[in-house]
Amino acid sequence: MTRATGFSRFIHAMWKYKALTLMMLPAVLVLLAHSYLPMFGIFIAFKNVNYIDGIWGSPWVGFDNFKFLFSSGDMWRIVRNTLLYSLTFMILNLVLSVSIAVAINEIRRRFLAKAYQSFIILPHFLSMVVVSYLVYAFLQPDHGFINATVLKAFGQDAVFWYSEKEYWPYILVFVNAWKHAGFGAVIYIAAIAGIDPEYYEAALIDGASKWKQITNITIPFIRPVIIIMTILSMGSIFSSDFGLFFQVPMNSGALYPVTDTVDTYVYRALMQLNDIGMSSATALVQSVVGFIMVIATNSAVRQIDREQALF
Amino acid sequence: MANDSGSRIGGISVASSMILNIAFVILSLICFLPVLLVIIVSFTDGQSILTQGYSFVPDKWSLIAYESIFKDFQTILSGYRVSFTITILGTALSVLLMALYAYPISRADYPFRNAFTFFLFFTMLFNGGMVSRYLIYTQVLHIKDSYMALILPMLIVPFNVIIMRTFFQTTIHPAVIESARIDGAGELRIFLRIVLPLSLPVLATMALFSTIGYWNDWFNALLYISSEDKYPLQYLMMRVLNDVQYLRNNVELAAQNPTMMKNLPNESLQMAMAVIGMGPILIAYPFFQKYFVKGLTVGAVKG
Repeated sequence: MTRATGFSRFIHAMWKYKALTLMMLPAVLVLLAHSYLPMFGIFIAFKNVNYIDGIWGSPWVGFDNFKFLFSSGDMWRIVRNTLLYSLTFMILNLVLSVSIAVAINEIRRRFLAKAYQSFIILPHFLSMVVVSYLVYAFLQPDHGFINATVLKAFGQDAVFWYSEKEYWPYILVFVNAWKHAGFGAVIYIAAIAGIDPEYYEAALIDGASKWKQITNITIPFIRPVIIIMTILSMGSIFSSDFGLFFQVPMNSGALYPVTDTVDTYVYRALMQLNDIGMSSATALVQSVVGFIMVIATNSAVRQIDREQALF
Repeated sequence: MANDSGSRIGGISVASSMILNIAFVILSLICFLPVLLVIIVSFTDGQSILTQGYSFVPDKWSLIAYESIFKDFQTILSGYRVSFTITILGTALSVLLMALYAYPISRADYPFRNAFTFFLFFTMLFNGGMVSRYLIYTQVLHIKDSYMALILPMLIVPFNVIIMRTFFQTTIHPAVIESARIDGAGELRIFLRIVLPLSLPVLATMALFSTIGYWNDWFNALLYISSEDKYPLQYLMMRVLNDVQYLRNNVELAAQNPTMMKNLPNESLQMAMAVIGMGPILIAYPFFQKYFVKGLTVGAVKG
């Protein structure tokens, strides 16, 4: 096989499959505009952008933006919040989703199982703006359901929810689980539905208890799905659901110590402080950490079991 | 879907079945009651709110919130128009482009399959971040304050393209394509006449994901949209709620502007806004949710 024939083969393949390649063109253009162009835009993190010189003409400042970010003291706070929330959400949602999926599979009456499923995936379809309204209906200081009905019934004083920061870690974890656990369960329900019932029959003949069946058949079978979902969510460990942290606490300044995450910080640095350099430095750190996390998690999985790695 | 365990041997005992059902009823209520509360508050009389607060059983019902919303019909109508336009255009384009990309990389005989799969996959691994994207959108593509800025960000969802590719791989037999080619059909014709009709479940699921995504999007509006006639409904809702909160937090500002305070939407009005924003989803929900679970099941099974 000489190079020439290799090259002419390539040309031949190009020509033979030109229709398929052309089909992909529109999406390729979208990916270029929306994903690849911004990747080249990361150099902004190394510039001191000002509007007089424009993006291209602004002076290079090396790692100054990063120095400023790490010395500002905000960094520690937003990194701590982001990582702790991400990890908590990931673990809690995984446990809840798998539990719900396993439990719903044990409901004898099919129509009931379907009805429960409809209710628990409903929150997934509501936008974070709507969710912030729902939360507001409960927490509004003067008339909210919690203050006006629940606390009143117990003779307690009203709590000013939107300015008391100690409650918010719990509120945010609850809202996140409320919104996502049901939808996550659907994916595992689908995986469980694909398990051959013969395994369970064999286990019954051996006298295995329900618990044994779950731990020895169901969980091992849905493990690949759990692993893929975990690898994917590892990539966003350093990102947060902007809507949850910005919208639901109503961007209330008193709550920043516990609600400020990398994303809300970047947004505020960009939109309110107009600090392009620092916000793009933060965003770059975020992307790089996400990238490293995916690669690391995936290679960890590869070490354990080659088959189950994503790539 | 859950197996029909009524006929399955080794089901759980009646007692534990009861406990399980009670647990699920509670779970379902937790998911549904907040939505119900907002709906009820939107129909509650202002005086009742002052005396008893937000309640599931208000003393007095009223339609006043909806009457005042329909007085300011222009704003709401404009929000609906923008949201519907974005959702319909975005969904149609998104499903078409994703299918056009997923089909070639599902074909085992396509020589550039791996290269294009990686081209897609890499965008899941690494991105330029929000700031860089913001600057590209506003200063390179020049789509600030346009519908394009609301449509483009969600056109191609890599994970969904991969689900589609898996679906094509597992349901469309290469022999079908081969025989169509022998009959003299071109690639595009095969795709439109054979592949798409066979893939309705996955297309419907993706259309649904897309529709929900576009309908619920407010973040891109927050970043890129500045003129009021281009506000989608969700963003309009967000502004209403934030304005109220902003004035609450700034009592002095409110004291200086009594007229502003007077014009603040009262609370049942805010909740009516939320109901209007949720409305289409809640109405369509019973119809699409069945389909959605099915489509996801098909897509999730590894090929």
